[in-house]
Amino acid sequence: MTNLPRRSFLKGTLATGAAAVAATVLPFSAMADWPKAAFEAKTVEDAIMALLGSPDTVVSTAITIEVPEIAENGAVVPVKVSSTLPKVESITLISEKNPVPLVAQFKFESDAVQPFIATRIKMSETSNVVAVLKSEGKLYVARKEVKVTIGGCGG
Amino acid sequence: MATNSIRLQAKFKDGLTEVKALINHPMETGSRKDLKSGKLIPAQYIEDVAVLSNGKPLLTAVWSFGISKNPYCAFQFKGGKIGDKIKLSWKDNLGETDSAEVDIKE
Repeated sequence: MTNLPRRSFLKGTLATGAAAVAATVLPFSAMADWPKAAFEAKTVEDAIMALLGSPDTVVSTAITIEVPEIAENGAVVPVKVSSTLPKVESITLISEKNPVPLVAQFKFESDAVQPFIATRIKMSETSNVVAVLKSEGKLYVARKEVKVTIGGCGG
Repeated sequence: MATNSIRLQAKFKDGLTEVKALINHPMETGSRKDLKSGKLIPAQYIEDVAVLSNGKPLLTAVWSFGISKNPYCAFQFKGGKIGDKIKLSWKDNLGETDSAEVDIKE
C-alpha cells in the first residue's frame, strides 16, 4: 500500500471516530476529551503543539526511557518512562515515524502519582521514541532510538 | 458493551501502590486488511482510559491505535491503603466501554 491512500484513509477513520465520541455520552466524567487534532498531526512538532499548546521543549537528562535496542516485532514494543522531574503533570509518548506519531498521553490527576509509566506501543519503522513530560508548566523531552525489524502499524 | 476485558491488579509495597492493567482489545488501526476477504478491517481502538482510587481520579489517558493490541499499562502512586478500591474504565472510538474494580492488596 502506498502512503497516500493510507493517510487519507486514516483521516477518514479519525473523523468517524470523533463523530462517534460526540454522539456518545462519556460514561465517566473523569475521562478527558480525545484530542483529535493532536492525533491527526503528521509530525512530532505538530503533535506536541496541538496536544500541549507549545512547541517549546527542553531536552532533559532527568527523563529515562527504557526500550529495547532492537524490536523484532514493531507491533509490540515495551516502553517505560520515568523521571526525577518535580510535579510531573503528564507523560506523552510519540513514535517519530508512525503514520500517526502521537501514541498516548497519560495525565496524572493526583500529586500522589509517581512520574512513571509502562506500556507497549506499535512502531512502523526504526525511529526515536519521544517522551514529553510536563513539569511545573514547562515541557521536557527525551528521545531514544529503537531499531525495528518488522514494522507493526499497517497490514 | 464489552465485558471482562480488563485484568487489573493493585499491589502495595514499600509505601507505593503499583497498578497494572491488561486489557483485551484489538486496537485496530483501520489500515489492516482481512486476509480472507481482502477488505480493510475497520479501525477500533481505545481512546480514553480513567483510573480512580476510592472514586477520585488518579490517572487519565488518551490513546491512539499506536498502543499495542491487548494494551498493557502500569503506574505507581503513593499513599494507597490495603483495601482501597481501584477502578479502571476504558472507552473506544466505537463507543464500547468496560470497567473493572479491585482492592489494593499486599
